[in-house]
Amino acid sequence: MEQKSLFSVISPIMVGPSSSHTAGAVRLGLMARNIYKNEFSKVKFVLYNSFATTGFGHGTDKGLLAGVLGNSVDDTAIKNIFDNVKNIDYSYEYTEDISRHPNSVDITFDDKMTISGDSIGAGEIRINSINGFSVNIDGTYDTLLLMYKDRPGMISAVSDIIQKQKVNIASLHCDRDSKGGVASMYLALDIPVGDDVVEKVKEINDVFFVTNIRKLK
Amino acid sequence: MTILSFSELIQKCTDENKTIYEIAQNEEAILSGDAVDVIRLRVLEDLIAMKEAVKNGLNSREKAISGWCGDDCAKLIEKFSGKPALFGKIFEKITTYTLATAEENLRMGRIVACPTAGSCGIVPSVIIAVAEEKKITESEQINGLLAAGIIGLIVSNKVQLAGAVAGCQAECGVASAMAAGGLVQMLGGDNREIINASALALKNILGLTCDPVCGLVEVPCIKRNAFLAIHAVTAAELALCGVESKIPIDEIVDTLKITGQLMSPLLKETSLGGLAKTKTALELEKKLHAQKPLQN
Repeated sequence: MEQKSLFSVISPIMVGPSSSHTAGAVRLGLMARNIYKNEFSKVKFVLYNSFATTGFGHGTDKGLLAGVLGNSVDDTAIKNIFDNVKNIDYSYEYTEDISRHPNSVDITFDDKMTISGDSIGAGEIRINSINGFSVNIDGTYDTLLLMYKDRPGMISAVSDIIQKQKVNIASLHCDRDSKGGVASMYLALDIPVGDDVVEKVKEINDVFFVTNIRKLK
Repeated sequence: MTILSFSELIQKCTDENKTIYEIAQNEEAILSGDAVDVIRLRVLEDLIAMKEAVKNGLNSREKAISGWCGDDCAKLIEKFSGKPALFGKIFEKITTYTLATAEENLRMGRIVACPTAGSCGIVPSVIIAVAEEKKITESEQINGLLAAGIIGLIVSNKVQLAGAVAGCQAECGVASAMAAGGLVQMLGGDNREIINASALALKNILGLTCDPVCGLVEVPCIKRNAFLAIHAVTAAELALCGVESKIPIDEIVDTLKITGQLMSPLLKETSLGGLAKTKTALELEKKLHAQKPLQN
């Protein structure tokens, strides 16, 4: 079992009122921002289930927006975020889907990338899909994410590049839509890799998307 | 943290001839790769943030988004300034500081989740109020928080600390057990007394449900923080007198987990049962929905 820190119990320092509905929302926003990485002018949030029904009283809407704009969980500006955001077209939809986690959201940037995640309690989060590809990113590790045409040898090609950087891989997961179809791979790393590594991985045959995602503080 | 049970914690304390907070800081140092001093500084940051939350809460009467709660702390301040509480200054401070923190939380102020945001008032109020009244040093307050932290951590190894998983047992209940142990540590109690204080507090909250009105961290959460802070002091006092829990704490934690599993989902943070389904709660819910802004 994974060892837990004492500070999982006496932290985080955060704005209230709910670790799952407020701090979790901010962290989902922050993680989505880390994944998309581009400037954006439009962002849409689809809130599911408990996020949709009790989010208003918990400031979940504010938290999500503050997160994608880069505010940390303890930023007192979150409370009045709507008064201070200009030039960003943001919108919310509220819906129910019992197949989703009780505290779940889809975040879409500029109609280009949709990131789905859950707030799983005590401020902990999990990103579980990016543009429909399943991932499992909880923000505790720097992560390298790539999408490619499924074929043999991809794992060794990628890990070879990482190994040359003397970076340890904490975990590695793959997913694909079908044999020989579109596949995704993400690697949790003990230390972050630079854009040079991203460029090298991009050069591998059949890879069509690579990004490095910073962990949450 | 390699310590998964309280019996392992006690064993380690005995083997190394250390008190609980020392084991807590050493284990965290090993886990994080940081020095013990760095760990203590991080705890100090939490302590400072807790004190700021109390201060901010004491100076505000602002209502929450819902408009129902946020001015109870002010009522205590006003009353106690004219007519002291029956149980004296420490009782006044603990109840006032707890409400100050819990109300600051609901108005989207800055607090420290301990272990959760909904239970954020309990540990800070006990540590800070007693420290002020008994002139306890900052370093000893950090010791108290470290002990409270490892107690909560060990419970969380077995039960996820969320109302949705095990009801309020796992939030305000665990906070009360943390505060009880932390308080005994801070007052110089021995390891056995620390663990007994936590055990007594935890045993007495078994079965506590999570039925928040409209799903908000307001009713009954805010006032429950005050009750369970005082509950922690009761447990600490008993333990310091040598009263022991007949059921060992590890078995109490198992019981808490099983009780959480037996608890109806209607009573685990879904707001589908309990106080959340009372006539008054449903009326409040209607009002709240009416004030919800139009969706884009």
